Amino acid sequence: MDRLGERRNYNEVLDLSSGDLHRGGIKPITFVRQVLAACFYPALLEDDSLPLDVKQRAESLLRECDGGSIGSYTESSGIAKIKHCVSQFITRRDGGVPSSPDNIFIKSGSQTALMIMLKLLISGKDLCQTGVLIPVPTYASFTLALEEQGAAIIPYHLCEEQGWTLQVEELRKALHTGRKTCNPVALYICNPGNPTGHIQSRKSIEEVIRFAAEERLFILADEVYQSCVYGDDTEFYSYKKVLSEMGSTICSTVELASFNSVSKGFMGECGLRGGYMELVNLDPAVKEYASRLFSTRSCPPVVGQIALDLMAGPPKPGDPSFPTFSEEVQAIKNTICKNTGRIQEVFAELPGISCQPLKAGFFVFPCLHFSLKAIQWAKKRQMEPDMLYCLRLLEETGLHVRPGCEYGQRKDSHHIRLFVATQENIMEDALQRLKTFHTPFMKEFS
Amino acid sequence: KDSKSGLALTSLVPYRQDSCIALASQPMHQRSFTQKLHSFMNGCEYRDRVLTMDTMNPNVKRVEYAVRGPIVQRAVQIERELKMGIKKPFTEVIKANIGDCHAMGQKPITFFRQVLALCSYPDLLEDSKFPEDAKSRARRILQACGGGSLGAYSTSQGIEMIRQDIARYIEQRDGGITCDPDNIYLSTGASDAIVTMLKLLVSGEGMSRTGVMISIPQYPLYSAALADLGAVQISYYLDEDNCWSLDISELRHALQEAKKHCSPRALCIINPGNPTGQVQSRQCIEDVIRFAAAEKLFLMADEVYQDNVYADGCKFHSFKKVLFEMGLEYSEKVELASFHSTSKCYMGECGFRGGYMEVVNLDPEVKVQLTKLVSVRLCPPVPGQALLDVVVNPPQPDEPSYDTFIKERTDTLATLAEKASMTQEILNQVPGIKCNPVQGAMYTFPRIHLPPKAILEAKEKGQVPDMFYCMKLLEETGICLVPGSGFGQRDGTYHFRMTILPPKEKLKIVLAKIKEFHQHFMEQYS
Repeated sequence: MDRLGERRNYNEVLDLSSGDLHRGGIKPITFVRQVLAACFYPALLEDDSLPLDVKQRAESLLRECDGGSIGSYTESSGIAKIKHCVSQFITRRDGGVPSSPDNIFIKSGSQTALMIMLKLLISGKDLCQTGVLIPVPTYASFTLALEEQGAAIIPYHLCEEQGWTLQVEELRKALHTGRKTCNPVALYICNPGNPTGHIQSRKSIEEVIRFAAEERLFILADEVYQSCVYGDDTEFYSYKKVLSEMGSTICSTVELASFNSVSKGFMGECGLRGGYMELVNLDPAVKEYASRLFSTRSCPPVVGQIALDLMAGPPKPGDPSFPTFSEEVQAIKNTICKNTGRIQEVFAELPGISCQPLKAGFFVFPCLHFSLKAIQWAKKRQMEPDMLYCLRLLEETGLHVRPGCEYGQRKDSHHIRLFVATQENIMEDALQRLKTFHTPFMKEFS
Repeated sequence: KDSKSGLALTSLVPYRQDSCIALASQPMHQRSFTQKLHSFMNGCEYRDRVLTMDTMNPNVKRVEYAVRGPIVQRAVQIERELKMGIKKPFTEVIKANIGDCHAMGQKPITFFRQVLALCSYPDLLEDSKFPEDAKSRARRILQACGGGSLGAYSTSQGIEMIRQDIARYIEQRDGGITCDPDNIYLSTGASDAIVTMLKLLVSGEGMSRTGVMISIPQYPLYSAALADLGAVQISYYLDEDNCWSLDISELRHALQEAKKHCSPRALCIINPGNPTGQVQSRQCIEDVIRFAAAEKLFLMADEVYQDNVYADGCKFHSFKKVLFEMGLEYSEKVELASFHSTSKCYMGECGFRGGYMEVVNLDPEVKVQLTKLVSVRLCPPVPGQALLDVVVNPPQPDEPSYDTFIKERTDTLATLAEKASMTQEILNQVPGIKCNPVQGAMYTFPRIHLPPKAILEAKEKGQVPDMFYCMKLLEETGICLVPGSGFGQRDGTYHFRMTILPPKEKLKIVLAKIKEFHQHFMEQYS
């Protein structure tokens, strides 16, 4: 019952609108929270209840903090030992490609780091206004960030029919158009993608890098979903790794900033605000100014930095916490796999809704096939059809998802975005609600 | 590899990412030659980068932040040298440059850390070692978090329950004056909120470009933010001869001059002051409010040191309270944003990045834009939000943790007060150093008289005189201070900012060393 005393068919709103693992019922990783607790309250180090590796990690992290307290400021770009841990993580991930802590900048979330890069890149007005190529669809807060920084947005469309792939021809077309009205300088990629969940093949990444080299574009590679890969025969390739294997001209000249954070993946620690960027081939003088920009905001939240350290250096086989840790991580992966399987099953039964194969990321972005009647009804209400669909879905079933119009889509195509990394029973509940709404809705407008 | 030599020899090292350091130390005109040489030697085709000093956003070049500037970089270098066993006239570097309490040995408040530990790992709620009052607060905070976890995103404005608690706290602090939780915006430290407000305020071109009034001396976040945003900085001098007080006629004068070349829109005031430590009198605050009302200026009141008041006869008066006690003529019209954080006072939790601002009389449409603006950075760190909640909900007299809490808080503040008075006493004994009373905050900003010979040598070295002084002090004693030039000062005057945070015994030694250094310096350059 709501405030107006209206009867509703549901007891509570089911919110699958944002990419928030914990809000969706998934529990935080025990090892992470134990280390954090000990860092908050070091008296716990005397406790018998905490495993040895937790205590050792907390102690070693506290040693890196001035006064042994996580309440102290740190270096503006992050605690040196943690940057070192992150650079080792990157090297392992990339099969040995070296990574220097000097090129790692820790920030309060990947978004903040991305904003700093944008601040360096963006200036000018009219024809000189910096242009940034961004994918369509892309998540809404990023578009807002670009507008706030005064960038010109140059959209390039991902190819839905081919599984939301990035096609260089489309990039070329977009760039050509962009050059008529602004000064394109940067190319933003989200891989794995949000909201699409597509993941680039190695070949695709090479093509994009070659394109950026030819057209002199700075690559911004947002890779925060890199550890959310579940499709069969699917692998994540980092832009840095592919770049490093592309021959001496390209690998030492293409400028790249890649981003990662603790908000996604198995950590799901969005609220702790921990993220980093790695800079490749940046002009040293510019890097000096980047550091200065960082320093004016004192330092990134220490709790977020610690979470990054734990993400980059998790428990290893043989560590006391390893069995629990690996169980928890596997459980999350299994849940997402089960959910994506159920989603595909349910969608197969429903008319007018289809989605591309689910390979990676936290979301599914199915296409809604509205009849002309439905589209006209929406037009009359001066709203996008998918927005109206979502509003009615929320009203009638309490299921909250976001409409494709918020992310950008090709004209006359409509989508919704659903979060998939929730507890299995929540996912089932959501799919039931969607089912009970969707079929009658489509019938109503047939 | 002598990075200072700049010889062509250093450029023959095969180009790798770690040779960037050698590259960066070379002068600009040599660099592009070196780059070409590297590229040639590695068989690469030489190309200009996309992002160079020329193509970079020009506003970034004007950004400076003295608190973490060149002197601190040198201090860090010296620390490394000490670790490597290089002999120096001292055994440790004392970083009295930054307002970081815990780094200098101040202990965190036990209760706060217990609540945060419980929030972070809720299994501990079963642990009998934690007091019940800490557990009840942790449960309440977790209930307000998505999925009962500190790891879930909160709304961009901050968790509603916490904003409600803060509003209640402000009402109590200000003798019952209403505070609307919807006017509270949680932020990543006060700095985040300050920059957000400035972003909203800055607009226009040429004559209509926003001018923002800020004190000289000031905390250099303001000058950095104004440079970054391309706003016009309108400096107003605090009166050193009168304990750094604010003189309305000086404000008026600065404003009149500024009107000739920009559009003044905001007035920033730091109370208690940084670096000066002055605590403004109630009369002064009323005068500032009257001035802002008459001149239609948006007031930005930076009150992060509100619990750090030491001198007899000094009291913290919040701008909001004074505003509302001045009657409807002011309280309904004057636009105000006041800022607070978890970094200072008795908490000293800088690393949490917890803070908030309260906006008063903000245009409703602008408020919508403000809410949109903060949504870009998603949300402030939830641990910082949780910490703020405990700060405004401390143990009550009937609760188990009360006695310990009160003792810790009282001791911390009392120690700071002792160190404040000790500092000003000792420094004032040194001929050539004049120190105003440290009424509040965490710093002393004494005036140093530098002999003409020293000023000359500084100029020859291409250094600002007080930077020259501070660098010498660092090299000879290991004490790291920030030169007054980083904060702004009247022409021809020199200062340094030192924190009063080192433990008492160490502080005595530091002050003695500074005394010794200054006397030696005066003799050397007489």
